[in-house]
Amino acid sequence: MTSRIGVVTFPGTLDDQDALRAVRVAGAEAVPLWHRDRDLHQVDAVVLAGGFSYGDYLRAGAISRFSPVMETIIEQAKGGMPVLGICNGFQILTEAHLLPGAMLRNNHLHFICRDQRLTVENAATAWTADYEQGQEISVPLKNMDGRYTADERTLDELEAEGRVAFRYTAGGNAADGYGNPNGSLRDIAGITNAAGNVVGLMPHPEHAVEPLIGTGGTDGLGFFTSILKKLVSAS
Amino acid sequence: MARVVVDVMLKPEILDPQGQAVQRALPRLGFDGIADVRQGKRFELEVDGTVDDAALARIHEMAETFLANTVIEDFVVRVES
Repeated sequence: MTSRIGVVTFPGTLDDQDALRAVRVAGAEAVPLWHRDRDLHQVDAVVLAGGFSYGDYLRAGAISRFSPVMETIIEQAKGGMPVLGICNGFQILTEAHLLPGAMLRNNHLHFICRDQRLTVENAATAWTADYEQGQEISVPLKNMDGRYTADERTLDELEAEGRVAFRYTAGGNAADGYGNPNGSLRDIAGITNAAGNVVGLMPHPEHAVEPLIGTGGTDGLGFFTSILKKLVSAS
Repeated sequence: MARVVVDVMLKPEILDPQGQAVQRALPRLGFDGIADVRQGKRFELEVDGTVDDAALARIHEMAETFLANTVIEDFVVRVES
């Protein structure tokens, strides 16, 4: 029996179908989860997909964070269940305080949509084990509120504990997807909790899992194969 | 019925590009002498019954857990007469 990976749909979620597909492409069983249902249907891990849940009203992720399904996810994530938050999912994880910091409006005030170069800074989390530390990948980025922020003490703590999981890669042309796209502090694109089971990032690995669509590469597939290997080896 | 107002502002150290964009537009519109603009949110709560200390404490809790994200925002609760 393969592993079951759930993908939550909130009102306004956009990327749940792509996330479910990415789970299947990796070889796991994809399980749709509904925001009003507290039951996680025996999934082994959860993906919070991108979009604009509750229209980003109040703050991105602020209302979703109090939905029934999140009560169970927060409780189980604290117990070690792997959770990946992509884009709006990352915003929900920070609002739920499963990850530190917060996301603010992009510093240039524009919606951004481009293929983004990322450097994998931590290849030891539940979701990144199939990457090499320092590996450069390209996955789509599309958001309005992607500017990661936290106080200096938290940033220093994240750096010291190796909890910056992904950084926007410097050293190339913006037209090629290099550079910090939104003013995120210390070029942070994604972080992990101390245990490594909860990971959040703004770019979208689920849109880069098949050669025919998206970026034309499969740089994002490693998230889903990483978690599958981890779950299979644990069972 | 009583009205309680909750003002939510980005913390002073947090960059507010929306406020900056507003500030930069002012001279073009002929409004001079504004050195800085910060943009926030105002919530007007219509409360059933009287607003006693217990009710205010609940509203404070609501602001802290929901209306504001205290990682990036400060808030002020006040009763409007």
